[in-house]
Amino acid sequence: MATPAVLTHPESLKRPAGPSEYAKHPINAALSKEDKIELYRKMARIRHFEQRCIRVYQQGKIGGFLHLYVGQEAVAAGTISLLGKHDHLITGYRDHGHGLMVGMGMNECMAELTGKATGCSQGKGGSMHYFAPDKNYWGGHGIVGGQAPLGTGLAYAVKYLGHKGSCLAYMGDGAVNQGAVHEAYNLAALWDLPIIFVIENNGYSMGTSQERSSAHPGCLAKRAEGYGMAWDVVNGHDVYEVRAKTSAALKRAHEESKPTVLEIFTYRYYGHSMADPDKTYRDKEEIKEYREQKDPVLLFEKELLAEKVLTPELSQAINEAAMAEADQAAAFADASPDPTVADITKNIYWEEDHRGPQTTSRGTIIFE
Amino acid sequence: MPVITYREALRAAMREELQRDEKVVLMGEEVAQFNGAYKVTEGLLKEFGPKRVVDTPISEAGFIGLGIGASMLGIRPVMELMFWSFSYVAFDQIVNNAGNIRYMSGGLINCPIVIRGPANGGTNVGATHSHTPEAILASHPGIKVVCPATPYDAKGLMKAAIRDNDPVYVMENTILYNDKGEVPDEDYIVPLGVADVKRTGEDLTIVAHGRAVITSLKAAEILEKEHGVSVEVVDLRSIRPLDEATVLQSVRKTHRVLLVEENKPFCGVDAQVAYLIQSKAFDELDAPIHRVSSIDAPQIYCKRLEDQQLPNAQRVVAEALKVLA
Repeated sequence: MATPAVLTHPESLKRPAGPSEYAKHPINAALSKEDKIELYRKMARIRHFEQRCIRVYQQGKIGGFLHLYVGQEAVAAGTISLLGKHDHLITGYRDHGHGLMVGMGMNECMAELTGKATGCSQGKGGSMHYFAPDKNYWGGHGIVGGQAPLGTGLAYAVKYLGHKGSCLAYMGDGAVNQGAVHEAYNLAALWDLPIIFVIENNGYSMGTSQERSSAHPGCLAKRAEGYGMAWDVVNGHDVYEVRAKTSAALKRAHEESKPTVLEIFTYRYYGHSMADPDKTYRDKEEIKEYREQKDPVLLFEKELLAEKVLTPELSQAINEAAMAEADQAAAFADASPDPTVADITKNIYWEEDHRGPQTTSRGTIIFE
Repeated sequence: MPVITYREALRAAMREELQRDEKVVLMGEEVAQFNGAYKVTEGLLKEFGPKRVVDTPISEAGFIGLGIGASMLGIRPVMELMFWSFSYVAFDQIVNNAGNIRYMSGGLINCPIVIRGPANGGTNVGATHSHTPEAILASHPGIKVVCPATPYDAKGLMKAAIRDNDPVYVMENTILYNDKGEVPDEDYIVPLGVADVKRTGEDLTIVAHGRAVITSLKAAEILEKEHGVSVEVVDLRSIRPLDEATVLQSVRKTHRVLLVEENKPFCGVDAQVAYLIQSKAFDELDAPIHRVSSIDAPQIYCKRLEDQQLPNAQRVVAEALKVLA
């Protein structure tokens, strides 16, 4: 079992944001120059997509809840960059970054936010419910912690089918107090399932700080010990560290079929959702400090500039392209049609959408 | 044709589906080593081994959610709830996850899971273990619910449920587990959404589901022998999908309707059936529709009174005579 130093969230962040001590870790040393540029490009795409979403929201085109990932990019980018054919992932409602990382297009993602028929869920899911099962991405789930048992089931299926794979089940720090999460922990440990529970600890469950919501001897990941699971804590501002520590957990899943809890310390720059005025529970100074000192995109850019992988010109070109792509996605969403009234009653039942002699259902299933 | 119990019929369905499809997995509390809390899965661990028949901890939100997640990747889990009453601690998984994921993903994901177990009162165990949540669950689009009343239907509906590509919740009844009936050895299914006329008659239609069908058949006997009334009993078998046509056909024949269910009356299944009949066959009715359901209180413990709280043949006969008056 991993026995890392016990760190609390603030302590981990006192570490100076210098060059990454994980740059030479084999999993990162193995990256080509192109791989690194691509990883940076993906992080920049998440950043610019999310910031474009703010404008679309402010224009009144996005309803419901919009939970932004800005500040947390290195978590999705670092973890997902390691996944292979039989590695699956599932998360909560802060799900855009993961979607873009697995390869969902900005167009379908933006159109889903504005409720259009061209959205990834045809306008039926919204911000909290992105899915791309063809890319092993199983959502996008709205109820805090409710996805943890599903992720455990995905890992169970991977093992049942004899695949060398895993499931990464992401959640926020607020989810760790949900019973469903603990039930999932127990099953994962009891049945030796190849799962990594990733706690994206951004310090606040909505407006309640970790200190005010969670009893935690040291850190939240340590609760894994109660289930005999391996655990580790990760500086989520350093994409190299995220990759290094996730790769160890993936190895444990792939080779030993054992679960891990990873607590990745991160920070969100905007409110819990766009409906959160963000005025009551944290200081503006705190946000400013993170933006200036710990920004995962800027830190990685700095790292790659120092490595002479990036040039300022290339970085600028990448960022401008990501902004242009996000602008184009907003235009695509604007130009897309709404779903029709007839669409409301489609995609409810597989058997109804495919009704015929082979299906097992008859009778009335959609009622007037 | 072999005569077997309702319990054996369910077991036969699961055994045949375990043999037919290696992705079928049985899972639940005490289903394997203990041979099932109600012995429905008896012998299946020995026959199929621990990969296919899996004991879970007492952790409904966890293991039901696990089954739903596994079904998204193509496993076909058949999850036992020791009682459907225990589904309430897994409600988020059962409704939000299994019921919504196909819709919210715009049809990209489906969830071929079966959740099964007894859902009935009448066993003298008090309110927490006596819930009948078929109406609650069937009110959620995305979910299917069936309630077999006989051994034949139990096997056929269970096999259909396991082959179905949507979440199907099978509500059994502990009081029926020892009931015997003719059940074919060979492979057959009872499609979801097809009602069955369990008894033909001319003067009154009784619509029922689950054990209320058995109660209604007893009442029909009494009504014929003691009152000279010819009663038709329509067994819904499936709550969602619902066989509206068979119900309406019977109403058009008898023109008088009594609805019987073991649910509490408020927003019960029969509220929907009554709406159906008045909206599509109003002119066919010669009398108002009446209902017999459980007396509207949490399930009482006292056995003598619980037998009165639930629909019984005497209550059904009395209400039928009101419809016929």
